[in-house]
Order: sequence, then structure tokens, then C-alpha cells
Amino acid sequence: MLAATSAPVPFPILTALVLVPVIGASIVSLMSTRMPEQVKLVATVVSVSTAAMSLWLLSSFDSHSGGFQFVSRHEWIETWGISWHLGVDGIALFMVVLTGILFPLVILGVDPHHDEKRYLAWLLMLEAGVMGSFLSLDLFLFFVFFEIVLVPMYFLIGGWGYDKRVYAATKFFLYTMLGSAFMLVGIVATAALASRDLGRFTFDLVEIAERSDLATSTGRWLFASFAVAFAVKVPLFPVHTWLPDAHTQAPTGGSVILAGVLLKLGTYGFLRFGLYLFPEASVWARPALLTLAVIGVLWGAIAATMQRDLKRLVAYSSVAHLGFIVLGTFAITSQALTGSVVQMVNHGVSTGALFLLVGMIYERRHTREIAELRGIQSVAPIFAAAFMVVMLSSIGVPGLNGFVGEFLVLIGSFETARWWTVVAATGVILAALYLLWAYQRVFHGPVDEANAGFGEMNLREGSLILVFIGIIVFTGLYPKPMLERIEPSVGRLVEHVESRTEFRAPAGGASHGGGG
Amino acid sequence: MERGLVAPGIEWGDLAPLLILLAGACAVLLCGSLLRGWSRTLTTSLTVAVSVSAAVGGAVQWERDSTVIGKYLVSDAILIDRFAALSIVLICGSAAVVALLLHAHLAGSPDDGVELQTLLLTGAIGGIVLAAANDLIVLFLGLEILSLSLYLLAASNRRREQSQEAGLKYFVLGGFASAFLLYGIALVYGATGSTSLDMIVVGLSGKARIDGSDTLLLVGIGLLLVGFAFKVSAAPFHVWTPDVYEGSPSPVTAFMASAGKVAAFVALMRVLVTGFERRVDDWRPAVWALAVAAVVVGSLMAVTQSNVKRMLAYSSVSHAGFVLVGVEAASHPGSDGLASSGLYLVAYSVLVLGSFASVMVVAGQEDSATSLADFAGLGRRRPALALAFSTLLLAQAGVPLTSGFVAKFGVIKSAVDAKSYAIAIIAMVAAVVGAYLYLRIMVSMWLDEPTDDSRPRVQRAVAIVVGLAVAFTLLVGFLPGWLLNATESLAR
Repeated sequence: MLAATSAPVPFPILTALVLVPVIGASIVSLMSTRMPEQVKLVATVVSVSTAAMSLWLLSSFDSHSGGFQFVSRHEWIETWGISWHLGVDGIALFMVVLTGILFPLVILGVDPHHDEKRYLAWLLMLEAGVMGSFLSLDLFLFFVFFEIVLVPMYFLIGGWGYDKRVYAATKFFLYTMLGSAFMLVGIVATAALASRDLGRFTFDLVEIAERSDLATSTGRWLFASFAVAFAVKVPLFPVHTWLPDAHTQAPTGGSVILAGVLLKLGTYGFLRFGLYLFPEASVWARPALLTLAVIGVLWGAIAATMQRDLKRLVAYSSVAHLGFIVLGTFAITSQALTGSVVQMVNHGVSTGALFLLVGMIYERRHTREIAELRGIQSVAPIFAAAFMVVMLSSIGVPGLNGFVGEFLVLIGSFETARWWTVVAATGVILAALYLLWAYQRVFHGPVDEANAGFGEMNLREGSLILVFIGIIVFTGLYPKPMLERIEPSVGRLVEHVESRTEFRAPAGGASHGGGG
Repeated sequence: MERGLVAPGIEWGDLAPLLILLAGACAVLLCGSLLRGWSRTLTTSLTVAVSVSAAVGGAVQWERDSTVIGKYLVSDAILIDRFAALSIVLICGSAAVVALLLHAHLAGSPDDGVELQTLLLTGAIGGIVLAAANDLIVLFLGLEILSLSLYLLAASNRRREQSQEAGLKYFVLGGFASAFLLYGIALVYGATGSTSLDMIVVGLSGKARIDGSDTLLLVGIGLLLVGFAFKVSAAPFHVWTPDVYEGSPSPVTAFMASAGKVAAFVALMRVLVTGFERRVDDWRPAVWALAVAAVVVGSLMAVTQSNVKRMLAYSSVSHAGFVLVGVEAASHPGSDGLASSGLYLVAYSVLVLGSFASVMVVAGQEDSATSLADFAGLGRRRPALALAFSTLLLAQAGVPLTSGFVAKFGVIKSAVDAKSYAIAIIAMVAAVVGAYLYLRIMVSMWLDEPTDDSRPRVQRAVAIVVGLAVAFTLLVGFLPGWLLNATESLAR
């Protein structure tokens, strides 16, 4: 199984990861609405087989290589030097696996209540777009996927969301599109300027990043145009205001996907199209981005503390968590970067699970107001226990996955971004504060009449949450398989930055510690 | 200096598309008025057949070697080059499509549509002459043939007051614009001693003055720009657009927005980029300002509208701005701006034809139900139509994997290549504002509750038009290579 990795792969697995959901979406949209069960079956089979492919990718990934693997490349629009260029390294790998796993869970576990066929078709389209974004090694191709993701997400929020769904969906669409507008100009300018070094017009990421030398000042402008798009997507303070609206108004499935994978497009973008493409400008922009990241950590935490809506609270906690990821990214040490990638996965799993649990609460009580909920622990102890584990993972308690990522980020960042790290560390305490306080208000106390009928977790919900808890505990106790696949790629990225700038990360690779 | 009038040689074969259209227009008019039992279906079929054969003629000319460098006809009055051939294909294709739409539009009314189809064909003739003119006087003739046909077509719905109003408004304001253009031609003639574009080029290269003191010429170019900006509805000369687009019968609006714009834009590019090549530094700032004004005003104003036809009118202003971004890029040496503008025109023409065809279905028998509320719940009433219209709207917004994105990307790429970063960023940001408008229409179609459960009637002709437009939009979105290779040759 290991031998297959470095040799060219006969089966274009990465292309299949993108195309299978597209085909699934087309089949689903062509099926009759009178056969809801068959529609769901098709969607399930498609998403599960995509998940199986992503897991196969994980198992046959060569963990000793930091370069791009399973590369598949075909000319697409030759006139403009655009190719269908997909590849996966240790950073993209876990994004792909996260995407592959979250979608079937959402499809199986969350009921959209109406128009299930269209809902499933949009969901599968979304999966294709997200997969494509994580796998693209061509600037144009990346932009296409990055932008196309908006359409299904827009319809998912607008069609299946809560009261203010149209407002939230439109805000989400326009915010992200505004960021992309700058990025599009940046992408074209990057290709145009790089073509002088390369001798031909190309949008190929690897070629531009490795072989062209964008002059300092232009590189900074170009980086800024990309950074705007990613900052909106992450979202960084002060362009984060679309996120609480979109998350709160989205249907549960939409929120899980939005938090789980869509936000990662921004942080992943910073790694792949920030550090890798513009190392000099990234180092130059470090202080600004680190500051925004830390403000995000504190702002998100404080705002979360003050929320009365449980779902909004989780949404603001995302702002804080993603601040940590950006902190680790721009600390540019291999430990911090590894931590960032781990934290991207962790946040996807923990926050995804939190949104699922909040969705279950809403299904039972038709409210998300914290003030309306109390004493649930006494009527639904299993539910409360599951919530507790997921919440602790989100807080970052040792032994669970959140700790591994947060710890690596903080340790790694301390070397190169000391004071930012010190301030950000208080965010860990605040996370414990707002989550535990919310837990106390919702689950503890005497149960009142309205909450007395709160149903215990059923089998479907239980098995769904069990998968999440399994990942949470496994990663927390045994992160080694994950870390050893991420580290070579991260190491290569740090070397890439060091070889092109004055910046020097402190010696010593990432530790394998963190568990237990 | 005494000289007898020498009749110029006429290349009948190369003029075939024009002659086909002319003969067709006469045939439609004569058959319709003289033959007993001549039905509307026959009129439409004849018009479509004539337009399609003229379009084929254009396609044949595109393929000829002589077209690549350009072939002069009728004593240099007409130049058939790749741009002219492309315009012939687009204008005649648009005429064929609009003939089908007119047929559907007239279903159930006593009109037999003979004069409408005739005017459509004469409009196409005017458009082609305008796009292929190599002499400012011929250009003006083409413009007038096109405009007069459009004025009448705009006012052709006698049962709707707005249609009369649109025709009259368009006529009065269009007359003004023509006067500006004509005055510009006169001044340019005064400055260069000729109305022929080739002679203008020669005249300007002889006495190249870069101090900008050539007042006559500069004012002439300015007035020409005003006339063109009116015709392509670029802000601030767009004020007629929403009223006329809203009031005219939907098929006529589709023709104005596609064929009318293509012809005027090709003429604009030919005059500016070829005729006044030596004076690029003079006209570049003007085009820059027009482009920025058009994208910004078009996007901002579109957002405030509540009538879909008016929204699309303003969005057409912003699209005109995008084409001008390409023209601005073309004013820099070595740019492929003309190719991008040509590509944009192709993509936009198809999009706008499909969009107005969709609007026409919802507008209903009276052609008046075009407010946003009339589109409410279309996704439930007519899912296929709503999906098709949404695809076209997303393409107009510039979402990837559609022809609209390829077109926008091409224009932005040309602008960035020419180092016009500011205009590229302004245009993209304006496009985001504009996207809100398309989202509003989609929200209405998919997310709002229908006000009534009526299912608008989709006639077969309209279904074919919308289907073809969507197919083209997606084909170009996924596989743009062939179209890019074709339009690449437009940049000289």
C-alpha cells in the first residue's frame, strides 16, 4: 500500500474526490421528489464513497514526503495557461479528510425538514466545491472553486435557514464576494508579473511560488489582495460580522459545514496562498495579522460570553478559535504551523459537533435562548454528557483533541511572537469561562416545566455524536499519526519561507508531545 | 479640379449578408402584405431563415483568410475584418432569436408581426453597416438605419402606453445623440480633411501634435464619444436606458441590448482604436472615466430598482462599463483588450437574450408583469425556468463556470496586463455591488412565497431560446478555450 504513493497514481483519486460529489448532485437533482428515500440513499452512497476515498488517501499518503502527492494535471484553458492541477500535501490532506467525513455525517444525521432533494443536491455541490478548493494547485482553479462554494451555501442558508435567513445569506454572499473581488485582481496580477520570470503566462501555483521572484513592493500588494479575501473567509476581526448571522440563521447542517470546513478555506488560504506564494510579504505583514488574530481571540471570547443565543455563542467561539489558528500560521515556526493545521481539524470536529448538539436542542425545545433552557442534565443525562465532552474538547482540556492543537500553537508561537501569545493565552481561560458558564446555565439547576419533557438522545443522534467523540478522543490521546503526516509539509513550508526571507524560525522541530 | 463620378466597384459576394437581409426584409414585407393566407408562422420562419443564412454568411467570412487582415469593400466605405464578421454573426443570430421571441410575444394578439419582423431585419442591416463602416458618414448611415428601426420597434406595442412612451423618449434622446455624433464627425473632418478612417489615420500621422492644442480634433473626438456612449448606454449617457428597456416589448429590449450594443461597441472600438490610434493618450482618460462611471452607476442604481426589466437595464449599463474596461486596456500598447471586449460582447449578448426571454415569460400576455413581486415563488411555479434564469443571472454576476465569469476574467486580465490596476479593482468591487441585484431576483424566485399560483405559459420558441442561452453559458463556462482562441485574433 505504501509503494503506490510516489509513483504516478493510475487512478486519478483527487479528480474523483471532486467529481464524484458533482455527479451525485446531478443524479440527485434529476431524481423525482416522490422518491425521498431513494434520493437520500443516493446522496448517502455518494458522500460515503467520497469519505472512503478520502480515508484511502489518508492511509496511502507518504508521510515522509513534504511535497505534493497524487498530483493530477491536465491542460484546461491553454490560451490563459490554466490547468486542472490538483495535488495534496500534509496540510491539504487533513482538510480533505475532514471534508470527506463531515459531509456524510451531516447528510445522515441532520434532517432539513422540507425539500430534501434540493437540499441534498446543494450539499453535494458544496462538497465538490470545498474539495476542489483544498486540492487546487492552480490559482485560477482555486478561485473558481473558492467562489463557486458561495452558491450552494447561499441557497442552503437562504432556503433552509431560520427567520432572518435571506438577510444572513445575502450578507454572507456579498462579504465573501467582496473579498474575492480583490483576490481575483491579485491572482491575475500575480500571473502577469510572474510571467516575466517564467517566460510564459501561467496560473500554476507551484511554478509561480518556486520559480518566480515577485519584487518586494509588488509582492506585498499582491499578498494584501489575497489577504482581504482570506480575512473575510476566516473571518478575522473586523470583517467577521457576517459569521454570527450566517451561523445562527443557517440550518444545522449548514452551520456544521460552515464552521467545519468553509471557514478553513480562509486559514488554509493563508497557508497555501499567503506563506507559500508570498513568503516575503507574509513575514512583512506578520505584526498586523498577528494583532488581528489576537484581537479576534479576545473579541470572539468576550462576545461569546455575552450572547443569549446558544448558537450565536458557539458562532462567536469560532471567531476566537480561528484567531488561534491565524496566530499559529503567522508565527511561522513548524510547531505553531503544525498546531494550526491540527487546530483546523479540531475546530471542524468540535464546533461541528457543538452545532449539531445545539441543533438537537432546538429540535426539542424550538428555542436556542439560554435563558429558556435549564436543568437538562437531570432529564437527559446522556445528552448532557455528550455535550460536556464536546465542550471540553472545544475548551482544550488535555486528553482531548483541542489541547493538542492549542498547546502546539501557543508553544510554537511563544518563540517568535511572544507578547501576542501571552495575550492570546488568556483566550484559553475565557473559552473555559463562556463555555462552562453556558453549560451551567443550560444543563444544571432545577428543571422547570418547559424543559421537563426534554427527550434523551436517540440512537441516530447518539451514533452520530459518537463518531465525533471518537475522533475527539483519538486525536487527543494519540495525535502521532496526524502530526507525522503534517510535519514534513509544514517543515518544507518553513524552509521555503526561510530561503526567501531574512526570517529565521528557532531551531528544533515540532515535538511529538501534547497527548495526555 | 474636375472629375467625373466614378461608380465604385461593388463586391457582391462579400456583401452577401447585407444583401440577404435586405432581400429578406423586402420579401417579408411583400409576402406579408400581398399574399392572402400568409400566416404569422410563415413570417417568422422566413425571418429566422433569412437571419440564419446571413449569420452563416458572416461565419463564412470569419473563416476567410482575407478577413483576418481585413478586406475593403465599396471603395473603402466598408471594412470586413474579424470584428465585422463577428458582429454579423452576433447581430444576425440575435435577430433570429428575437424573431422567435416576437412570434411568441404576438401569440394571441391580432398583430401579424410583418412590420415588426421587417424592422428587425432592417435593424440588423443598420447594425452590420455600423459595425463594418470604415467611413464616418457610412457609420452614421448605419447608426440611423439601426436607430430608426429600434425607435419604431420600441413603440410597437400599441396596447401599452409605456411602449409609446419608450419609443418617443428613445427617439428624442436618440436624435440628440445622433446630432452630437454628426457634429463630431464634422469637426473631425475639419481637423483631418477626411471622413474615411484610413485617411484620418494618415492625416493624423502626418501632423502628429502631442501638445493637445488641436482643439477641433479633440472636441470632435469628444462629441463622437458622447454619441457612442449614448448608444452603448454608458453612464452618464445612460438615462434613457431604464425607461426604454422597461417600456419596449421584451423581445425588442433583448434586441437593443444585444445587437444594438454589439454594433455600437464595435463601431466605437473601430473609430477610437483604429482611427484615432495616434491620439490614444487623448481619449484614454475619457474612456477610463466612462468605464468607471458605467460600472459604478450601473451597479448602484440597479440595487435600488424594484422592476426586473429596469434592474436588467441598469445591469446592462454596468456591463457596458466592463466592455469599456477592455477598450481602456486596448489603448495601451501590446494589449489584448480588444479581444477581451469582443469576448465580453459575445458572452453578454447571449446572456441578455436568454435573460429577457425569461423575463418575457413571466411578463405574460400584457408584457407588463415585470415587477420583482411577479417573480415571487417562480421556483415553485416553474422550476425549470427559474433554474435557467438563475443560471443566466449568476453568469451576469460573474460566478465561475459560466460564460459571464470567463468574460469578466478576460477583461480584468487585459486591464491588469496593461497595468490599469485601479480600473480593474473598481470594476470588480462594483460587480460585487451589482451581484446584490441578481441575488434579489433569485431570492424572489426561490425564497419568497408566490403571490398567486398561476404558472406562466412557456411557449416552445421561448423555451428553445432560453435553453440555448443556458447551454452556451455553461459550455463557455466550462470549456472557454475555443472561444478564447477565436476572439484572440480580434486583438490586432
